[in-house]
Amino acid sequence: MIKGQRYVRELAQPRQRTIPLAIVVTVLFFLLLLRLWYLQIIKVDDYRAMSENNRLRFLPVAASRGALMDRNGTVMVNNRPSFSLSIIPQEVKDVEGMLDRLAALLKLDRAELQERWEKTKGRARYYPVVIAVNITQDQVEIVEENRLRLPGVEVSVKPIREYAFQNSAAHLLGYIGEVSDKELDAPAYSDYNPGDYVGKNGIEKAWEKELHGSDGGRQLEVDSRGRVLRVLSESSPTVGNSLVLTVDSRLQRAAEQAFGGQAGAAVVMNVNNGEVLAFVSSPTFDPSLFAGRIPTDIWKKYLEDKRHPLENKALAGQYPPGSTFKMLTALAGLEAGVINENTTISDPGYYEMGGHKFRDWKASGHGVVNLRKSLKESCDTYYYMLGEKLGVDRIAAMAERFMLGKELGIGLQNEKKGLIPSTAWKLKRFGKKWFPGETLPVAIGQGYVLMTPIQLASMVATVANEGTIYRPHLVKKVVDPDGKTIKEFMPETLGTTGISSASFKKVKQGLYAVVNDPGGTGANARLWDVKVAGKTGTSQVVKLGEDRKKARKYEHMDHGLFVAFAPYDKPEVAVAVVVEHGGGGGAVAAPIAGKILRSYFDLQKPPTKQKYAEKEEQEPAEAPVKRQEMPAERETEE
Amino acid sequence: MIDRRLVTNFDWTLIGLVSAICLMGVLNIYSASAAYKLGGAPYYIKQLNWMAFGLLLSLVVASLDYHILEDFSYWFYGFLVLLLIAVLLVGKRSLGATRWLNLGFFTIQPSELMKIVIVITFARFFNNFHSVGGLTVKEMLIPLGLLALPALLIMKQPDLGTATLVVMIAVSMAFYIGFRWATIVTFALVTVPLFWFGWAVYMKPYQKNRVLDFINPERSRLGSGYHIIQSKIAVGSGGFWGKGYVKGTQAQLRFLPEQHTDFAFSVFAEEWGFFGTLILIVLYLCLILWGLNIARRCNDRLGGLLAVGVTAMLFWHSVINIGMVIGLFPVVGVPLPFFSYGGTSMITSMVGIGILQSISMRRFMF
Repeated sequence: MIKGQRYVRELAQPRQRTIPLAIVVTVLFFLLLLRLWYLQIIKVDDYRAMSENNRLRFLPVAASRGALMDRNGTVMVNNRPSFSLSIIPQEVKDVEGMLDRLAALLKLDRAELQERWEKTKGRARYYPVVIAVNITQDQVEIVEENRLRLPGVEVSVKPIREYAFQNSAAHLLGYIGEVSDKELDAPAYSDYNPGDYVGKNGIEKAWEKELHGSDGGRQLEVDSRGRVLRVLSESSPTVGNSLVLTVDSRLQRAAEQAFGGQAGAAVVMNVNNGEVLAFVSSPTFDPSLFAGRIPTDIWKKYLEDKRHPLENKALAGQYPPGSTFKMLTALAGLEAGVINENTTISDPGYYEMGGHKFRDWKASGHGVVNLRKSLKESCDTYYYMLGEKLGVDRIAAMAERFMLGKELGIGLQNEKKGLIPSTAWKLKRFGKKWFPGETLPVAIGQGYVLMTPIQLASMVATVANEGTIYRPHLVKKVVDPDGKTIKEFMPETLGTTGISSASFKKVKQGLYAVVNDPGGTGANARLWDVKVAGKTGTSQVVKLGEDRKKARKYEHMDHGLFVAFAPYDKPEVAVAVVVEHGGGGGAVAAPIAGKILRSYFDLQKPPTKQKYAEKEEQEPAEAPVKRQEMPAERETEE
Repeated sequence: MIDRRLVTNFDWTLIGLVSAICLMGVLNIYSASAAYKLGGAPYYIKQLNWMAFGLLLSLVVASLDYHILEDFSYWFYGFLVLLLIAVLLVGKRSLGATRWLNLGFFTIQPSELMKIVIVITFARFFNNFHSVGGLTVKEMLIPLGLLALPALLIMKQPDLGTATLVVMIAVSMAFYIGFRWATIVTFALVTVPLFWFGWAVYMKPYQKNRVLDFINPERSRLGSGYHIIQSKIAVGSGGFWGKGYVKGTQAQLRFLPEQHTDFAFSVFAEEWGFFGTLILIVLYLCLILWGLNIARRCNDRLGGLLAVGVTAMLFWHSVINIGMVIGLFPVVGVPLPFFSYGGTSMITSMVGIGILQSISMRRFMF
């Protein structure tokens, strides 16, 4: 180890020099101590006084949140001032007493004041602590009148949200609320302070970073009486960026009204770029309530409503697609060569397989059925046959080409995936083999199949445009406070189905028949001036059998579905409607889809013609005859 | 493999003093950063990790025979000078100075490493250099060159604090070897104009301001003088017994700049008073004197030089930092070893402790 003998040199005089070095060191350290003695013992009173008069105060100035506008620039959400009450800890000697006084004076909840006060322990003592938000003008005046009795209490103005259309699009827009303790611990919110408002849901949450802006503030030095000595630093707040959404607020409201209080969801989408034009989850709620403390009775009402107003059904509601799924089964059959448009079956009202009878919704049967008629009348037997010939995996493969069974990435929280079953899925999920009998319900969109309204809209849009899957998106552009565009979002293609145009055409003819041919299940969605194509669906909440007949409780009633696109010849718009526990799709969902499409096309017309169109709307049932001439007239109008 | 004598001669005093200061530092960092809102691990936990890592590193260094440093000294020196040049060419800029070098997977601050390397380089040089009756001016020319090259490169970054420290360390080692009086007088005559030149040409306005503020802190209450005043208020208002742990208003209201790093001592002085600072200063004094004692009882010239160099490094850091926060020296951004928060300072100081330990353990071998 010690190879180093050759290095060793005799240490001559230097080692004696450690003594003078030690003396130098000791002297210098002694000087430090002397200085500390001077500062800490002799001058202590001076410095004590200086430290006690030395007070910093921070006056935060909250940034205005960016606005949310619809596609036409109509403001949907903006800000209004709201007052909040803060106390500055270092200014208040007896905090408990102060809280008592405030509670009595302003008739505030003492416990709530306490709770907010305790939340902010351990922060800089010159930083104001928000103890009540959204106080009224009257309360502000009381505080101002009693200013002298309330040292260290401050009223600050903060912008909060104002909703131009009240409850409209609440699920899409989301709401803001006070930042939670949990959020404050997350690195993404490291710049936030307790009492700040942040997006809690919907667009407000997903686009928090753009919308929030940055708070400003002034750092002041004040003396022991709170008089400002000087401004140490100052920064002005930066207004957040605004968003231009893809939705049309007029169409949105029309679609919400079309539901008439029924529970459900609707998504309207541009088939050629994936822009979401309306995003409805019904019933809706009042987003402005979430900025303060929600009154208990309203909160209770929301929670107990069996229509679940707080759920975002358009994004997170997963429903069996029912017969709307038949368009995919049909495409799978056509592409696989199992059927063509002339393939017929004879339908006795049931399909027999392995000694078990699978019933059609129509007990008497549909007679001789080809592809067009199978879609028009929504014949189950035809699809049972197709399902058996295809097998579940070929149906699943078709659904995967439409990118179903996974998120489409709309950019909001809590988007659900839906479910497309296959043999591999069942093996993984349950560890069991797939039974051929399970394929038949899948072929008609029952069984394990689940889709969200967004996916339903995307599916029918892809059929309409014959094979392109666009990412459904909600934001057109981000604009800065001066109105300059910062980011603009272009349509994004997620993929193509790779299905022949011929197959699409055959299915689309069937969808046209659903709405327009006599005996079609979707006649309620018919418009007099525009050719609509669509598909009804009824998804069972309670399984087939005797229970079903008895099931008349709201929770047990079927969901009604309708998906459509229009115009048939040159598709522009797709719509998907789900009515929860409403009954048959043709009866409950198709009329809503019809009304939505009606207002979509009315909104395309110049305003003067619109009134005329609204009158016509009163008698949609008589429309079909006139329908043929109208397209030409529409062109001249535009 | 490891000689039993190494174990029996293990220097517990050295490790004990260092650990005591480190733990007081961690305790203080907890208080100093209590007012911060942080994501991630708190500073005091990170500091504990650095302390543990540093102690381990010092043991690794101690287990090596310090004589191997002599073999590598000029290689280290050459490599570090290259790194310093690289910093100036491709370094990372932050806060108006270029000090960091990005090596892809981590960043280093070569000027910090230079403090240790200058100790090793000078030890090697003086170990093979015999001067009778003290160093003459002529004999000082080579070491001056060895010192000037890195010192000027560091000043160019600009990092006046580190450059000063490197010079102080080197001068301390030369003093250990011994000067002739004539040499001291000559240097005094040369350096005064040199300082004037440095002031006029090299110093950045913020450095000049710091010096001027130091002479007269009232000159700019809001600007750089603000830090010194706030620090003095913190220290002075501590009184004899202090304001109590985590109760210092200056620290908890965040009047102090960089209060967990360079101004950690002010936080401590405010909360523990003269009573606390006395204990801490005595601990530092013991550590420094113990370092000199290691040099004194070492029978080997190289060991003595290294021990004096490392001790000088710790000494100048402590004196300049404490002097700075109590308004005796200008604010130069020098951390207090083992006490201020920071990984780089901890690593450099602990490598130094490792070298001291290595010398101390082998004191009976030569």
